[in-house]
Amino acid sequence: MGKQITVPFGPQHPVLPEPIHLDLVLEDETVVDAIPSIGYVHRGLEKLVEKREYPEYIYVAERICGICSYIHSNTYAECIEQIMHIEIPERAQYLRTIWSEYSRLHSHLLWLGLFADGMGFESVFMNAWRLREHILDDMEATTGGRVIQGVCKVGGVRKDIAPEKLDEMLKGLKNLEHELHDLTDVFLNDASVIHRLKGAGVLKTEDAYYLGAVGPTARGSGVPIDIRQTGYAAYGKINFKPVVESSGDSYARCAVRAKELYTSIDIIEQCIKKIPEGPVDVKVTGAPDGEFFARAEQPRGEVVHYIKGNGKKNLVRHRVRTPTFTNIPPLVTLLKGCQLADVPIVVLSIDPCIGCAER
Amino acid sequence: MTYFQNAKTIVKSLFSRPSTLMYPAKPAKKMALSRGHVIIDPAKCITCRSCQRKCPAQAIVVDVKEKTWEIDRFRCIICASCVEVCPTKCLAMDPQYPESTTARGGIYKVTVAGPKKKEPAPDAAAKPAEMKE
Amino acid sequence: MAQEQVTVPISVGELVERTAQMKKNGCRLVQIGCTKVGDDYEINYLFDKEFALTNLRITVKQDTVIPSVSSVYFGAFVYENEIHDLYGIAVTGMNIDFGGHFYRTTIKTPFAVTITKEGS
Repeated sequence: MGKQITVPFGPQHPVLPEPIHLDLVLEDETVVDAIPSIGYVHRGLEKLVEKREYPEYIYVAERICGICSYIHSNTYAECIEQIMHIEIPERAQYLRTIWSEYSRLHSHLLWLGLFADGMGFESVFMNAWRLREHILDDMEATTGGRVIQGVCKVGGVRKDIAPEKLDEMLKGLKNLEHELHDLTDVFLNDASVIHRLKGAGVLKTEDAYYLGAVGPTARGSGVPIDIRQTGYAAYGKINFKPVVESSGDSYARCAVRAKELYTSIDIIEQCIKKIPEGPVDVKVTGAPDGEFFARAEQPRGEVVHYIKGNGKKNLVRHRVRTPTFTNIPPLVTLLKGCQLADVPIVVLSIDPCIGCAER
Repeated sequence: MTYFQNAKTIVKSLFSRPSTLMYPAKPAKKMALSRGHVIIDPAKCITCRSCQRKCPAQAIVVDVKEKTWEIDRFRCIICASCVEVCPTKCLAMDPQYPESTTARGGIYKVTVAGPKKKEPAPDAAAKPAEMKE
Repeated sequence: MAQEQVTVPISVGELVERTAQMKKNGCRLVQIGCTKVGDDYEINYLFDKEFALTNLRITVKQDTVIPSVSSVYFGAFVYENEIHDLYGIAVTGMNIDFGGHFYRTTIKTPFAVTITKEGS
């Protein structure tokens, strides 16, 4: 047993797009303990509810994160609708589902690119981002924004998609699926990728469950938590199965995300086939009085929006628990026992989004 | 173990044009719905202040007395709330993104026609938009 | 989306015991969050089992010292440090105690005070 030394990791590090700091306690080259510290980008967005009225605050809620932005606004709107007992039109529910899945596609492709880049696999990075561009184009054509869609509002959605555009999207997705197979097959079957990821950063099933892991981090460890199964938006009317892998290492988490790309495409195709005609929003009057915990499945996992209102236009409290925030304790656990050289890969494998985590 | 898995993608890339645009030599793609920046038709504005109330970023300031409409381009989050709420449809979304700047400021102030009690003054409507530091 | 959400008000004394009971029942900790209602602070401990939510709620004053549940759920330390930093409520017995340096804020306990900086 060697002498223990502490190596700081972050907040500035080539693989980290956002600042998180880890104090790694090492014995020789093996990590025996990791102490996370965040707090570099805390903006206090939740406090803003006191200054903004609830219909306008949705644009603030959407800016909690720059990647899963759409789903934040969706969850916020759903939370308010639950408190105020607003029934939104069916077409709006389907549109929300379509955009949610589009943002999952774009987030997973972004992550795949960054992850491949983190381990030096540049061509996957280029190709993943090239495919992501098609998703962003479709997003911009239907909502008006590439990553900040601003299309959700309390009581429905702000934009409708024309039937011709839906057909075009369907065709685009078919193409995309084809190209994705080329991309993910190369990535997941590459000998050096397998060598690098198999067995790195193992999270046991029980640990994943009780430490509060969510999303692909939990599903990679065999915990089948997928909030889409609760059937919010139109997910209740769609057939899909959550992707679950059992080995719990970095490779399993990658495989979950890669396979989820196909699930997302499948869900969008089902939605486009089933989407009914009708209006896309209802008029909302009054203000929320009550409280509710709304949950949704983001690309990184389960997000919880808690809203408490007292019948005034300004809410009392809006609390967001983002997936990365609850994935920090599992990260600490799965870093224990891995090699120092694997730390960047293991950290990236939970897809950390720190701006999101600190709000 | 497999070899030459990536060959298909590589060959395809060799014989296709680059996916990237030669920006700014070629203009960036834009869609009909793209939210670029807010533009105003000063002749139609009635200084009702709806846009100012609805703005989540508090970027718009409307002065009823002075008949001016002012937007801070750096505060604006381009959500298009103001465009939706405008009763006279004088606000619109231009799909072109605003040009980047290297200086502070970004405040854009326009003198507008004001409420439609009387006929809108023709000189106010014709006044060109002026930039203010 | 008809999810079951039960809120159970409990006292500070029985918090750790009830949390341990939840873990025994096979629930996972979803989140801990604080809400300021007037002078009181409501702290919600949210648990999930098969998509049904149970919410244990304690209502405290700012000077109350609350016990940490991080001995039951290891991951609770992030939420408890957050509550300490944003609301100034002391939590004892955390497994990783950042001592008020979890969030770097210019204003101390920003969510517990009324901030009047912006005009209008």
